Amino acid sequence: MKVAFLGATRGMGRALARRMVEAGHDVFLLGRDEEELARSARDLEVRAGDGRTVGHARCDLEDPTTFAPALDAADRALGGFDTVVVTAGLYGTQQRLEEDPELARRVLTVNYVGTIGFSEEARVRLLERGGGTLCVFSSVAGERGRKPVVLYGSTKAGLSAYLEGLDHRYRAEGLRTVCVKPGFVRTGMTHGLDGPPGPLQGTPEGVAARVLTAIERGRPVVYAPGVWAPTMAVIRALPRFVMRRVSF
Amino acid sequence: MEGGARLAGWGNLPVPGVEIRSERLEGAVRGLPLTRGLGRSYGDASLPPPDAHAVAGSVLADRILAFDAERGVLRAEAGFTLLEMNRILLPRGWFTPVSPGTKFVTLGGMVAADVHGKNHHVQGTFGAHVRALRLALPSGRVIECSRTRHPDLFRATVGGMGLTGHILEVEVQLEQVPTPWILMESRRAASLDDFVRGLDEAGRTWPFTMGWLDCASRGRAMGRGILMAGRWAERHEAPPGPPPPLSRRIVPFMLPSRTINRASVRAFNELYYRAHPRRTRRRVVHPDRFFYPLDAIHAWNRVYGKRGFTQYQCVLPFDGSGEAGTPAALRRVMDTITRSGLASPLCVIKNCGAEGDGMLSFPMPGVSIAVDFPVTPRIQGLVDELNEVVLAHGGRIYLAKDAFTRPEHFRAMEGERLTRFQEAGRRWDPEHRLRSRLSVRLLGDEAPEPASARGRSAQVAPGRRTPRPGARPAPSPTDAAGEGVPTHGGPAGVRAPSP
Repeated sequence: MKVAFLGATRGMGRALARRMVEAGHDVFLLGRDEEELARSARDLEVRAGDGRTVGHARCDLEDPTTFAPALDAADRALGGFDTVVVTAGLYGTQQRLEEDPELARRVLTVNYVGTIGFSEEARVRLLERGGGTLCVFSSVAGERGRKPVVLYGSTKAGLSAYLEGLDHRYRAEGLRTVCVKPGFVRTGMTHGLDGPPGPLQGTPEGVAARVLTAIERGRPVVYAPGVWAPTMAVIRALPRFVMRRVSF
Repeated sequence: MEGGARLAGWGNLPVPGVEIRSERLEGAVRGLPLTRGLGRSYGDASLPPPDAHAVAGSVLADRILAFDAERGVLRAEAGFTLLEMNRILLPRGWFTPVSPGTKFVTLGGMVAADVHGKNHHVQGTFGAHVRALRLALPSGRVIECSRTRHPDLFRATVGGMGLTGHILEVEVQLEQVPTPWILMESRRAASLDDFVRGLDEAGRTWPFTMGWLDCASRGRAMGRGILMAGRWAERHEAPPGPPPPLSRRIVPFMLPSRTINRASVRAFNELYYRAHPRRTRRRVVHPDRFFYPLDAIHAWNRVYGKRGFTQYQCVLPFDGSGEAGTPAALRRVMDTITRSGLASPLCVIKNCGAEGDGMLSFPMPGVSIAVDFPVTPRIQGLVDELNEVVLAHGGRIYLAKDAFTRPEHFRAMEGERLTRFQEAGRRWDPEHRLRSRLSVRLLGDEAPEPASARGRSAQVAPGRRTPRPGARPAPSPTDAAGEGVPTHGGPAGVRAPSP
């Protein structure tokens, strides 16, 4: 695979990019911070270990003018990408987002407007070359309106719906979308949060393994860790009077 | 506010505290008194001082920044683990020049504890192979140091238990190996004299030596055990493929605190000793089985139960005092350990080579003993007794293992070395923000004081009797704006025997 990767410097993105490189795939990094990108690129080059280089370009989900130049740079460096991965996103606890409307606005912008704007740029390019894979990290938070993730979850609900729509509309033309729905994963983003019971907690490495398999097989939706699929099926089935009472 | 959050070292003696992790370590360490890695130091080296609640955690800062595949020079962020280094670079023919007894350690921790391994008699400590360090000082300044740039800071940081600056990056010279397999030779050692002589002889031809000691037997069998020596296998000796990943078992929950007792230890040790044939065995083994036998059992520290455990590790100099080259002090230490009846089956002996240039680096030429004890009401008295012997014979203890040593013992063992270390500390951390629970216990570190009186003024609290590091009365927190930094101590060099 030749992968343009937005968000590989941290968390699940870092783990997935490492796994891709170690599996022999070519990766090009996109992100906000040039220095962080350069450091992650060197990490991936050493892990590749066969002289493959990992390039990078600036791309900011809050600045739509960066999308096209960044994807062009990836295209040139990779000799035409066939896969685009987006793990970047912003998170804040519901309480924090309620207290800080500016941060809430940014979360909505980055996770919905920014991510979908970037994905549209990627979709057009992939379709032009006859197809490819668009893998975007959404969240189980988008499955149901819930108390702790009212704002954040709404962005992920919209994103998941967008990815499902793309799958229905363009799969016949060769575009494969993979919507990743991580549950609780122990990363720098969630560090310090209590989180659910142990078996429901995942690691970035575990998520990366599942996602790479899903990309290879073209699965449209992947829960990670896998136990979140039945868990969310139950939560989706709960009646409203229950959801008003529980804290999750 | 503190919730119930607790932090513990590998010995499972928790104290209130939280760890703040971030991929961007440089930002995370700001204002914190210490950085820890994987928390494999046994005692309180990676724990916050009593007046602070949070320490930084380096494990998400785990990127490789450069690797020169021709010369084997690696530079990585402090949270990069030995586990990953072995997974990525051993198949390419490169291995850490010095490996402790577990691969669940970070580079930062290996530097902070200046870890040693089975090859100490030829390669010295890990710090001897470190070329450069990048540190975040408590002032916020980020600084590169080496043996030529700010050498005093470099030498204080190697073995400095994270008390000189937050270690951000480590550059180390790796060692090229012919294959990733180990050729190992082992034999029974019938007595302490046999052991010390055997280690000395083996050390002349083998790069890796160590031994498992039976700490339950007394009398003529005192100090018996199994002597192990090894080297990297040559191509024609090794299996054709790379070593496969080994399956891991887990101790799924805390076992009852009485699991490790005199009877169970005696029985285990007898079986373990007898399981080795009388003759010398020679075979090619998986590198993990040779270097990290205990890593095969996840969370093995749970066998000691809720009371937790500690490791006592000391080094006793060759001083010509005993017969057959065995230091007299070693006999006294073994006598004290076996008489206590508290020792677990995990006891390791290792011959050490020349001292490194880290100001507080542990090893010195002589014999090192490391033994695990469950924490019981008698542990403080036992550690005191052992420390008296070590002190009287010019030896020292290993901070990465320690939880019970008294400050007066530690100061007497370290003398001038400690003075130099504390001078460096005053130069680079004048406001004295870098502290850990260990530094408060042993170095007399108090919370930062108003400008007038500061420094690591040695305040001895004589004769504190405290069975748990966590139970210690907190020194009066003055204006604790704890800022600082150490990384956790790595594990000991030589740990347990290969099964």
